[in-house]
Formats: sequence, C-alpha cells, structure tokens
Amino acid sequence: MSTLTVHDHVVSHHEEDHGHHKATFLNTYVFSMDHKMIAKQFLITGIAMAFIAMMLSILFRIQLAYPDKAFPLMETLLGRFAPGGRLDSNFYLALVTIHGTIMVFFVLTAGLSGTFANLLIPLQLGVRDMASPFMNMLSYWFFFIACGIMLSSFFIQKGPASGGWTIYPPLSALPKAMPGSGLGMTLWLISMIFFIASQLMAGINYVSTILNMRTKGMDLWKMPLSVWALFLTAVLGVLSFPVLVAGVVLLVFDRSFGTSFYLSEIVLNSSQVQPFEGGSPILFQHLFWFLGHPEVYIVIMPAMGISSEVMSVNSRKPIFGYHAMVYSLIGITVLSFIVWGHHMFVTGMNPFLGGVFMITTLIIAVPSAVKTFNWLATLWRGNIRFTSAMLFAIGMVSFFISGGLTGIFLGNAALDINLHDTYFVVAHFHLVMGSAAIFGMLAGVYHWFPKMFGRMMNERLGYLHFWLTFIGAYLVFFPMHFMGLDGVPRRYYAFTEFESMKQWLSVNTFITWAAIMSALAQLAFLFNFVHSIFWGKKAPQNPWNANTLEWTTPVEHIHGNWPGEIPTVYRWPYDYSKPGAEHDFIPQTTPLSETMSSNLPHDFEDNPIGLEEHSKWTSTQKSNEEVK
Amino acid sequence: MMAQIQKEDRYNLAPKKFNMWIFIFTSFMFFAALTSGFIVYVGGSKAHGINIKLPDAFMYSTGVILLSSITMFLASNAAKALDRGKQQFYLMATIFLGVAFFIIQLSAWSYMIKNGVYFSNPNASQSFIYVFTGMHLLHIFAGLLLLANTLWRSTRSIEQVKNLYSVQMSSIFWHFVDIIWIYLYVFLLLNQ
Repeated sequence: MSTLTVHDHVVSHHEEDHGHHKATFLNTYVFSMDHKMIAKQFLITGIAMAFIAMMLSILFRIQLAYPDKAFPLMETLLGRFAPGGRLDSNFYLALVTIHGTIMVFFVLTAGLSGTFANLLIPLQLGVRDMASPFMNMLSYWFFFIACGIMLSSFFIQKGPASGGWTIYPPLSALPKAMPGSGLGMTLWLISMIFFIASQLMAGINYVSTILNMRTKGMDLWKMPLSVWALFLTAVLGVLSFPVLVAGVVLLVFDRSFGTSFYLSEIVLNSSQVQPFEGGSPILFQHLFWFLGHPEVYIVIMPAMGISSEVMSVNSRKPIFGYHAMVYSLIGITVLSFIVWGHHMFVTGMNPFLGGVFMITTLIIAVPSAVKTFNWLATLWRGNIRFTSAMLFAIGMVSFFISGGLTGIFLGNAALDINLHDTYFVVAHFHLVMGSAAIFGMLAGVYHWFPKMFGRMMNERLGYLHFWLTFIGAYLVFFPMHFMGLDGVPRRYYAFTEFESMKQWLSVNTFITWAAIMSALAQLAFLFNFVHSIFWGKKAPQNPWNANTLEWTTPVEHIHGNWPGEIPTVYRWPYDYSKPGAEHDFIPQTTPLSETMSSNLPHDFEDNPIGLEEHSKWTSTQKSNEEVK
Repeated sequence: MMAQIQKEDRYNLAPKKFNMWIFIFTSFMFFAALTSGFIVYVGGSKAHGINIKLPDAFMYSTGVILLSSITMFLASNAAKALDRGKQQFYLMATIFLGVAFFIIQLSAWSYMIKNGVYFSNPNASQSFIYVFTGMHLLHIFAGLLLLANTLWRSTRSIEQVKNLYSVQMSSIFWHFVDIIWIYLYVFLLLNQ
C-alpha cells in the first residue's frame, strides 16, 4: 500500500512541512495546531484536573468519616479553610461543588471528548487534520484558561463557589447568600463561559470534519463506533451548550444588574429585604437541565464508543449488532433532549408533566439495554485477550449495568419523591456516568497510548490499577444505595448531628477508606503513564492487530498523518476472525479482491459487479473441489 | 508532497463554511432557549407579560435590516460576477445599514427607559425585551466585524476563491442575524 511508503521520505517531509513556519518548541508543543498534539494536551490537562478533583473528594470524605475529629495536618495544608484541623462547613460545600464541576465538565467532557475526538476522528477517518486546525487550537486554550480560572477560586478570601455543581439560584444569584456565592461564584461563571466557548469550537470542528472530510470509501456505515459515538456527542454538545449559555446570561443579569429572572421575594439574614420580585428559580432549572441531561450523555457516549471498539478488537470478534449499536446511539441522542424534567420531579411540577418525563426517561432504558446486550454478545465465545484496555472496557459495561438499573427507580416520578437528593442518587450517577465514563476513558488511554506516544504501557501495572480501582469503586458507591434508601441526604456536612443518621457513620468510615484505597491505586496509573511516555517499550505499528485506519499511520507522528496518499477504505472496521481469512483481522484498507476466500455474499450489498465476481469465484472453487 | 497537503488544506474551504452553518445552529439554540425561558416565565403567573406597546423603532429597524439583507445579496452576486468595485459598494451599504440598525435599536431602548420600562424590573418579561435585543445586537456587532473584515480583504488583491469564501461566510451570518431579528420581533409581537 502506498500508505506504508518508505521512511526516508518522512525526514524530507518534515523540512518541507515547515517551510512557512519553523518548528519551534512553541508551535510544536504549546500553540500546536496538530490534532494529535492537541489530543495529548487535552489528555494531560484532563488527567491533572482529575487528580485535583479526586483529592478534593478525599478531603470531604475524611470529613464525612471523622466529623468530630481534628487533623492538625489539615490546618497546615488548608489554612483558614480548616480552622483547628476541622474542615470548615462552607469549604466542605465548596469542595463538593468544585469536585462535581471539575469531574463532569473538565475531566469527563473536555478530557474525554477532547482527547479522543481529536485523536481518533482524523486518524480513524483518514483525514490530514481537523476542518479548522486554528479553531481546534483555540478550543484547547480556552479550556486551559477555564481550568486556570476555576482553580484560582481556591486562592480567594471566601473560597470557591459552593452552591453545588448545578448552581441553582438563589444561592448562585445572590452574592451575599453564602460565602461561596460571592467572588467564587463569579469566577465559576467566567470559567464556565470560557469552557462552553471551548466546547462549542471543538464540537463544531468535530461535526464538520466527520461530515465533510472522510477519506475515499469511508461512508458513514464504515465508520468505527468510536467515531459514531464522538460524532453524536459533538452534536449533543453543539445543541445543548448554547442553552446553558442562555441560562447563565440571565443568571449574570440577576447577580449583577438587579433583574428578577430567577429571584422572587427574598429576605437575607432575616432583615435585608431584597429588591427582587416575581422571578422563578424553576426557570433556571429548566434551562440548566436542558443542557444538564444531554451533558450526562456527552459524558457517557464517548466511553461507550471507545469500549465498543476496544471490546471488539480484544474479543477478536466483530462487534455484535453494529447497526443496532449506531441506532441506539442515535436513539439516546434524540431522547436525551426530552427527559430533563426527571431532575425536577419534586419542584412542584404538574403530575401529568411528571408522567410524561417519566415515560420518556424509561424509554431511554431501551437503547441502553440494546447496547449492553450487544457488548455481552460481543464477548460471548470471543477469543478474549485480557489487555488492560479490555479490562477497563469490561469494567465500563459492569458499572453501566449496575448504575443503570437504579436509574429505572430514580426515573419513576413517584419513587423519586423518596429518593430525590439522597445518597441513592449519588450512588446512581457515580456508577453509571462517573465510574463508567472514567473506565471508558482509561480503556481508551491504555488502548491508544501506543498511538499517542509511540510506546506501550506496562500491562502488570495496568492490571493492578484495574483491580484496585474496580473493587474500590464498588466498595465506595455500593453502600451509598442503602444510605439513600434510608433517607440520608446528599451534601450534608456532618450526619452525627442527626439522631436518625448517626448509625451511618461506620458505613461512611468504610467508604472513606475504600475511597483512599482507590485514590492510591491511581498512583499506579500515574506512574505507569509518565514512565511509559519516556521509558516504555517501543510500540510496533499495529500492536493490537486492529483493523482501523489509525494503525496504518507511522509510529512517528508527522503532520498530515500519512506520509503518502491517504489510504482508501474498502470494508467495515470489524472484520475480526472472519472464516476463511488468512489472519484473524483484515484491515479496512484491504480490498475485497485480496480476500476472496473469506468474502461473503453480504459483503457485496449495492455492488452487483463484485457479487458476480464473488459467485464466479465460489463456483470455480466448487468445481475445483469436485475435480479433486 | 507535503507542500501539496498544505495547499489542499488552504483551499479546503467547504468544511470551514460548514463550520459556519453549525455555528448558526448553536446560535439558533441560544435564542430558542431565551424565548423558551420567556414562555416558561410568562406561564408562571397572570401578572407576567410584556404589558406595553413595543416601541415603533422596532418596526423601522426591521425595515432597515431587511434592506441590508438585500444589499448583502447584491454584494455576493457582485463577488460571483468578479466585480470587486460593486461588491465593495454593496458591502459598505450593508455595513452602513447594520450600523443604522444598531442605532435604531439603541433608540428603542432609550424610548423604553423614558416610558419607565427598565431593564432591572420586577416584571422580568420586560427585562426579556432588553435581553433579546441586547443579545441580538451582540450578534449584529459580530456580523459587522465580519463584514468589515471581508471589505478590508477585498480591497487587497486576494485570490477570487478566498474573496468569494469570505463574502459567503459573512453573507451566511448576516442573513442569519436578519432572520433571528424577524423571529424575535414576531415573537415579541405575538406576546404583546
């Protein structure tokens, strides 16, 4: 194939390539417009943010396990946020808020989509770079600025925003409502605006690249599921993030210009009458959740796509029900826009409307179940290779099932009256979108690490990382279901203050130690990741024997991805273990004419000439058999 | 080879134009969200509602922006016919009409303020008028920058492909902000 032209070309390409601008440190590693470098930037920033958010969660877990104990070390570390070694209650709320914000938006939206969309869309579709490389670079730097602003709120007098990651008014709209409603909230809003701008630029680019720039032969039905998932995720983002902007714009007006969109008659500190009238805080919830619900699918769909890809490659089997997988993704995308009300069942919503949202919510279980069964059927009797990536992909399915089941309870308008805002909800979403999405992301990191850095990650450390994290996550989140069923509310500072919840202290202590164990397990990952970048085993061109196009590019990254012509695609990406084939995988770039012995009649849909050749070939084979 | 790739890149304008279309979708979603917010707010109580006569200025501004769409159309026709002079003339006319629209909208605000309809208002339905027009003016401002950029580029001797591309980009956007204003105005009239 011309794709694999000799390597000495590469050197000369490099020189020509930068005929206009010299390759400097600044434009190669910092203000790079190359999608592969931008993917790495997103990944490393995402991992850094994930570690920060994880440490925040350990801090508030310590508070929940030992509400009455003082840790002098805390005061040393946190200063005025932990006076006397005990976490300040306002700072506790800030920790919960920022942990949620960073994990949902900065890690699982930007870190996940940003990394894999940038890496995989051009490489798997045979594109030289994104539709607008400049916008792509801008998208990363807006994200970086957003991260900086969000973290800077830890260094201000009153601490970060603390009204929860959903920033419901009035806490977010009245700067004097609580310490975290002041400057911290303002910084949160500014950071989010940068973040949304970043996501919109990125999403627009992804959609445009996928629809306009695929290589020859790559029709939509030959795209790997990872790209399908990233495509639909980008569509979701492009349609839903502007709605959050609208909500935030009105919020900013309420905060700073004295309008009353969300605020009605309010008295602060039992004496200061506020000048607001007639606003509706529910309006904000509508606008927020119209983004917020698609957002959870923005988080989980790339993980689904990555897992599908990894599981097919490592089961050495075609993905079960490729079309069903795509249609279920489309179904989830469409349905995700009409279920937002299930977050608001207890806002005094008209019960009939609640019923409508309940039905649409439960319908989402259908495409989700289709996907789950297809993953299990892909594993069924596969020739499974338990690579680290494969383990994480299977873990993703496990979390998606166990977290998804509780969604059926929560989606029920009547049951939700009991369960709303309890630890049952916390358990549900940490399993179904938190753990599942992070496992999908880790599967992707282990699987495409050789593509990104040209080296392999250590498998043994990968196993250690997987088992400790997998067991740890279940130990952390499973007991929370029972707390929630008992009515223990989320976001509370100290349960020892309530007679009826005191008994849960021992469970909280257990959860905290499980969380600390899982957090320590991440060090295995961090070490493995950093060490492998520099000293890992050199990766071959196609280490997993996969079919997709990214493995036809040279290990050394070059601008434009393929040294010669972009390869043409002849078949779908899942021809693994095809009966009659020479190897157990047939890359997408192999024409059907080279694999006569393994072709099947349905490979020639819409291709009568090919079908004729195929039947001619099979009949000659048959007659040859008879001669023998 | 690589030089050829770069050349491909530079003329790969169709996907970039597609970017603009998607951006228009995001922008449309933004205004759809604002107007939906208005509907939810007004539905909350009988006392909510615009309850005033909209300033006449909105009528004039609608006329002006419709006119500017026509001049924009003529500009892109001229660009296609390789008539740079005519293209520049119509671009300037469009910019002029855009600025006029901007000023008329501001005069509508001052009319509303004179009649005691303030932005900071216990009846947020009236604040919504300011939000709709204000957010739309932001788009107008962006459109004017885009038009100015197109005009400036067309005065320098750039290739026709690029000239046409930049005219088309600003034309797509300008027609869109025009349509959005008509949507907002009709929406306000229906809720008056």
